[in-house]
Amino acid sequence: MLLSTRDLTKSFPGTIALDRVNFGLKAGEVHALLGENGAGKSTLIKCLTGAYRRDSGDILFEGKPIFPQSTLEAQAIGIGTVYQEVNLLPNLTVAENLTLGHQPTRFGMIRPRAMQALAQEMLTGYGLDIDVRRPLESYSVAVQQIVAIARAVHLSGRVLILDEPTASLDAREVQMLFDVIRDLRGRGLGIIFISHFLDQVFEISDSLTILRNGRHIATHPAVEVDRMQLITLMLGRELEEETAVRHRPEATGTSADAIRFTGVGRRGRIAPFDLTVRKGEVIGMAGLLGSGRTESAEVLFGAVPSDSGTVEDGNGPVDLRNPRSAIAASFAFAPEDRKTDGIIAELSVRENIILALQARQGWARPIPQAEQQRMAEDYIARLDIRTPDAEKPVGLLSGGNQQKVILARWLATNPRFLILDEPTRGIDVGAHAEILRLIEDVVAQGMSILVISSELEELVAVSHRVIVVRDRHHVSELTGADVSPDTILRAIAAPHTILEAAV
Amino acid sequence: MTGTKLLRRIAPQLLTLAAVILLVSIYYPAFYQIVFVNDRLVGIPIDVVKRGAPVALLAIGMTLVIATRGIDLSVGAVMAICGASAAWAIDQGYGIGAALGIAGAAGLVCGLWNGVLVAFFGIQPIVATLILMVAGRGVAQLITGGTILTFDSNEFAYLGSGTLIGVPVPTVIWVLTGIAFGLLVRRTALGLLVESIGVNLRASTLAGINSRVLLIAVYMGSGVCAALAGVIATADIRGADANNAGLWLELDAILAVVIGGNSLLGGRFSILASLLGAMIIQTINTGILLAGFPSEFNLVIKAVLVIVILVLQSPRIMPYLELLASRFKRSSATRLEAGE
Repeated sequence: MLLSTRDLTKSFPGTIALDRVNFGLKAGEVHALLGENGAGKSTLIKCLTGAYRRDSGDILFEGKPIFPQSTLEAQAIGIGTVYQEVNLLPNLTVAENLTLGHQPTRFGMIRPRAMQALAQEMLTGYGLDIDVRRPLESYSVAVQQIVAIARAVHLSGRVLILDEPTASLDAREVQMLFDVIRDLRGRGLGIIFISHFLDQVFEISDSLTILRNGRHIATHPAVEVDRMQLITLMLGRELEEETAVRHRPEATGTSADAIRFTGVGRRGRIAPFDLTVRKGEVIGMAGLLGSGRTESAEVLFGAVPSDSGTVEDGNGPVDLRNPRSAIAASFAFAPEDRKTDGIIAELSVRENIILALQARQGWARPIPQAEQQRMAEDYIARLDIRTPDAEKPVGLLSGGNQQKVILARWLATNPRFLILDEPTRGIDVGAHAEILRLIEDVVAQGMSILVISSELEELVAVSHRVIVVRDRHHVSELTGADVSPDTILRAIAAPHTILEAAV
Repeated sequence: MTGTKLLRRIAPQLLTLAAVILLVSIYYPAFYQIVFVNDRLVGIPIDVVKRGAPVALLAIGMTLVIATRGIDLSVGAVMAICGASAAWAIDQGYGIGAALGIAGAAGLVCGLWNGVLVAFFGIQPIVATLILMVAGRGVAQLITGGTILTFDSNEFAYLGSGTLIGVPVPTVIWVLTGIAFGLLVRRTALGLLVESIGVNLRASTLAGINSRVLLIAVYMGSGVCAALAGVIATADIRGADANNAGLWLELDAILAVVIGGNSLLGGRFSILASLLGAMIIQTINTGILLAGFPSEFNLVIKAVLVIVILVLQSPRIMPYLELLASRFKRSSATRLEAGE
């Protein structure tokens, strides 16, 4: 093994990002690292490159333990990284970018000729015919990407980590990049490749390692796995007794009082779709990361307003211009990224809970202090939020408890339609079960819920029907007996050709 | 906030103010003397709370702007614009009420301009308000016609140099403005909403807060405070000086907010602490003059004192001071128990 980890563990307050992960990279292979958001891919990379300090476990480089304290140290050991956003300096020349930090000098002065020669030499073998004296920004992202790779290979030369390198490349550029990767593999480098594009993963990779919830799930040679198996591994399929036997009571509402979305969508984010939300109904939404799940939720809540279609309920049109109008229409939205979109970290649990209600009431009608206190204590007890008291800043709570605070914020507004984007991601098992129980409770009281989740068992357990999203289209809707992990997986993994025919 | 929590919040500022006063009184023992002559209080402390009025007023508005993670560099220039507008109105023969109205409206318009740039165009506050900081003096010069616009109105001058039951009118104005803003933000939900958008604008918007309108309102509030400061500065010298009115005061106002322990990263704020910060700065200014140092030392001494204050309040040093304080408390408690 060129580079391997043994029981690598890293935790952050409230979550275990890596749980005893074993990973091995051979020289001369392209090893894809796969997993949904929060699976632990980037944490693993950051531990390998010294950006994070691990809690426990070993990192072995050619069998010897290493302790990189910074990306520079990792580079010196032989581990180089290229990120999605090229982290070079676009306004400097290609040559300067390539040689930055080790320019040939004489008496402390840079020798431009020698620098250019060195840069030319570094670029040989990459099939690039470019003028190294021109600024980096005058070339395409693909060329910049390759320049970044050339620099990383030159500086480290043993292990190359490519984090989503193809995200902003077109098909031809991807091939150009893959030629470079194949060539480097031939030269004996070990390459870790991270991408959400499964086709590309299959095209370039020799081995696949799948992470889920911070755990190592499987490592396989790429030829032994098919698309379906891979997605199954990424999303997780261990049937748990508890969730499997849960029955779904029928939705109580009729179509008369339903909220009807017709042809809503947003160009470039999610294709127009129809959705009818009945009272007391739980709608699941499944799809891979980047498929358009979150984008759908944002359109439904007015966070990114729809540029087409109509929304109506029993009383006529519903205004969803922005979150404020959606909240006025008794909608609620607990977003996927709690830290950036959900919690107000410095404010207290109490203030976070009353925030949406207060915003709806307007600034001039403050909720009396005693009433705030009562609401906070009520929700802390009802949702079992673990906090020493209601005045604790919410940022100091664990992930699961932060999620409960956000749920409390929305329940306090007594919504009729609650959108939950990955409500159970990154939270511990106990809180997980409590949140599912809570969903059942509020639905029994007549609230409608849209749940977006990567965990299919969870979706199956709570949903009356499931909408499958793929490549920014709502591709199918599963109801009744069709709501099962297997059918959902098949719908997600269906080959591209069918979709293209359908569009 | 309950009494003890409030006291905890402003304790560093109160201690700093006490220390600065102590330091000044070493050089100038007569510092504490206040006498009542000619129907007015006279003394160094009175001078401090009067001279500190413009910075105190600016600090009120600046506190709210900084709480939204913004900054308002234009307040000094807005002072000049509003002072010039008021002087022009008096000069044209309008009454004091109209002059005040025009000055206030000018402040609101300036704040609206800043707020729209920040909230609608997404320009970084430091750049957005820099525009008016530079252009504002030009606008003020256009109003004054490039000269120092003097006027003759005892009524208007009263706002700068008069007294109310012995207390200088500028002091009355900043204290009342501070109380008004304090009540406005803490008796309504405004304070909470401002802190919320300062900590996390995106999450606040998703929670239904009308963050654009709120941001604009905050910059307009800052504009009104600058207008009041401009009126006082103009009334004090019975003339509008477009070049020098409020010059560099935006920096003192920011400093007052920072000494008041408010984070430039937005979020929790205390107007009272900022006002204490303004008084600390003015005490230093006055103290340096009283101590009789040659005037060329003034800015250097001020800078040294400010650095010392900020270092003592820094997150690196603060925990040690608190530890020291708690040890002191414990040891004095045990001494009390031992009957000493």
